[in-house]
Amino acid sequence: MSDAPLFAAREPIFPKRVSGFYRRLKWWIMGITLGIYYLVPWLRWDRGPALPDQAVLIDLANRRFYFFFIEIWPHEFYFVAGLLIMAGLGLFLFTSALGRVWCGYACPQTVWTDLFLKVERWIEGDRNARVRLWKAPWSLHKWRLRVTKWVIWLLIAMATGGAWVFYFADAPTLLRDLVTFEAAPVAYVTIAILTATTFIFGGFMREQVCIYMCPWPRIQGAMMDEGTLTVGYRDWRGEPRGKGNARRRAVAAEVGPALPVRYGAGADADKDTAAPRLSREGEVLGDCIDCMACVNVCPMGIDIREGQQLECITCALCIDACDEVMARIGRPRGLIDYLALDDRPPVLPGEHAPVRPFGNEVPEDQGAATGVPTPTAAARDGLDADATATTPIEGDPAPAPNAAEQPFTTSHSQDWTPTANWRHVLRPRTILYTIVWAAIGAGLLAALYLRPDIELTIAPVRNPTFVTLSDGAVRNTYDIRLRNKHGEPRDFAFSLTSDDDMALMLEGHAGVTVTVPPDATMLQRAYVIAPPETDAAQDERTTIGFTIRDTASGEEAHRETIFNGRGNNAR
Amino acid sequence: MTDKKRIDDETGTETTGHNWDGIEELNTPLPRWWLWTFYATIVWGIIYTILYPAWPLVSGTTRGILDWTTRGEVAAQIEAVNLSNAEMTQSLIEVDLGVLERNEALHRFAVSAGAAVFRTNCSQCHGAGAAGVQAAGYPNLLDDAWLWGGQITDIADTVRHGIRSEDDPATRWSAMPAFGEMLSEEEIAALTTHVRSLSGLEEADPQGATLFADQCASCHGDEGTGDRTLGAPDLTDAIWLYGGTTEDVTYTIENARFGVMPPWGERLGEAQVRAVAAYVHGLGGGEAQVGTTD
Repeated sequence: MSDAPLFAAREPIFPKRVSGFYRRLKWWIMGITLGIYYLVPWLRWDRGPALPDQAVLIDLANRRFYFFFIEIWPHEFYFVAGLLIMAGLGLFLFTSALGRVWCGYACPQTVWTDLFLKVERWIEGDRNARVRLWKAPWSLHKWRLRVTKWVIWLLIAMATGGAWVFYFADAPTLLRDLVTFEAAPVAYVTIAILTATTFIFGGFMREQVCIYMCPWPRIQGAMMDEGTLTVGYRDWRGEPRGKGNARRRAVAAEVGPALPVRYGAGADADKDTAAPRLSREGEVLGDCIDCMACVNVCPMGIDIREGQQLECITCALCIDACDEVMARIGRPRGLIDYLALDDRPPVLPGEHAPVRPFGNEVPEDQGAATGVPTPTAAARDGLDADATATTPIEGDPAPAPNAAEQPFTTSHSQDWTPTANWRHVLRPRTILYTIVWAAIGAGLLAALYLRPDIELTIAPVRNPTFVTLSDGAVRNTYDIRLRNKHGEPRDFAFSLTSDDDMALMLEGHAGVTVTVPPDATMLQRAYVIAPPETDAAQDERTTIGFTIRDTASGEEAHRETIFNGRGNNAR
Repeated sequence: MTDKKRIDDETGTETTGHNWDGIEELNTPLPRWWLWTFYATIVWGIIYTILYPAWPLVSGTTRGILDWTTRGEVAAQIEAVNLSNAEMTQSLIEVDLGVLERNEALHRFAVSAGAAVFRTNCSQCHGAGAAGVQAAGYPNLLDDAWLWGGQITDIADTVRHGIRSEDDPATRWSAMPAFGEMLSEEEIAALTTHVRSLSGLEEADPQGATLFADQCASCHGDEGTGDRTLGAPDLTDAIWLYGGTTEDVTYTIENARFGVMPPWGERLGEAQVRAVAAYVHGLGGGEAQVGTTD
């Protein structure tokens, strides 16, 4: 056996602070999603005195689900099934249009990790300070920072677990019971479990959850295609990467202007797209200055320039980081951007491929041969690359011997125009998903508004099918379930539809009216008696109907069933 | 088999050094916490087998130091239910059965309990649906014909002491003579015709009517309407305990019938007797209590 390690310790990741459009978007989404999560149980909704006044409540004990004006009973679980199908289709839709946008913006793991990172930065400082602290021996200072951070994390985690249980019981009552230690043990156990998972997943496991525990990366990866917008690196524009040498600038000006392929036709001409950057050896460089800003901000600890990876949750923070650098070096934004895999310059037969294969890491030896730097381990950790931009230094120009041979100067590519983003979003596939999604939604809405408030179901008692009474009459028995979805008790009046003159009797009631409690189902046994000489008593089967009428509202519900007579079974 | 580990050209990943006919294995290490999780499950498993029944032995298994069993759990649950029902059960024992229905909660409790008692103890003869078995003379409990009375107290008495039971001195007792040895075949045929005519199945037979008045009316009544104190069936209604065909009635007259039911008072206890009486009374044919005022 070799001594190769089969198990690897987690490499700590210290994502750097970043600002920009996507960061702001993520703050907004975090605020909205966490706000919904923590506050919704406290919203009230008046349903009358008999029913809970919590707007969103999953009442497991009474088997009811309340959502504002909607109340779902267990037998209406198809609403939940429909919503789950819609959620699934919504995931297809978003994933086919925007890739792992769920992972990057809305997944609880991402949102809470983001929040925990915010706390971490607030307590321990930005990336460099955190790296130093991590390396430092355990001093009083380090303990103080660590314990402070853990306590705040723990409070957030407890609030998270605490908010969860409020969805299952009346929130104000439960809160009072919780603090007076009178709540049900299951509430405390649930809070404890969710506190532990939030604390561990958000504080310590982080990207490990996404990479090793979560099935979504695999599933979503299978739902994307080459037309899907996802976070990617425009390697044809960025490569070969390098710090650049400003002293070669004047010479570079003679090489250009021949680089629209890097940006596509119609790129912003005001930008300094014409003058290429040159390496110390005189090689024409791409826009990537290899500053590692994209790596340093990545919460997953990957290098987006290596192409699409399982680890990438498309949080888009590398876009913000890179845009900031591009602005500082006077290049157009979007070296790292939302782009589709098929959205790249064309390659004509017999030409150099202008770019290396997307998604494959250049082997180290090849990278060295072509002058493309491969990140060293230290660089990938970003420990020596904290500066996000290198300002070119003015100096002596020098000849650029290889410049003319650079593949990016091919002229045919100047006609290439990137596909507009809306074309990636609006595709037959996404439109089809939207239609199916909307159709199910419309169906559910229709079902919601068409469902009756009173219902009855009839289960004829079949053991025995009928009973002969002493006067020769035939009696059938029915177990009838009466459903009253109103918030107050209702009186239901029974009536019988039949061709014969049959008698209806309700067990335990003198008349034919029963009172059904509010928001409840009642089981009522009913007897129907056919006098001896009627057809119903003599035939084998007769169809009869039960009607219940809500005496208050006049609402009616009707069901047909079978009456069994003596028929061939006659004595 | 084992080679030196090296860096794979294609992927840049280190190999494990395992080599099978030139096929090498890349080393993509699992996270270490995964390993610790695996160890934790092993520890959990060991603790579990110490606490709970686990390892199979020649007979049975190791018991586990918690001494937990599914049977024990069920017994504890039953015990807990009995305990929570103790008050209701006591009320049921003490209540005046005739007015049980006025106490809605207690009545519901009795009927629910009675249904379970019935399924366990009574359904073997009377059927799960309580419709009885005519061929065997097990009465249908759903209809409105009662041999010994259909008030809830009557039913409770029948359950408590049984019918024609030699084990219980308070049992309901009567015996119909077998007329096969006393009457001629012709007389029995006439009697059969008369008995069937009482419920309109045949035309009346004067000879049979005379025989009936002489032989049968003392128990079944002059009109044939029966006598509940003797458990003598009403012969004028549409219900036949042993069947109403000519053959059935002839057989009954010739050989008599002697339906028995064991006494359940001792075996079930008073609470269950009352519960099952309430259940049977509520099956559709129960009669209102006489002598109670509403």
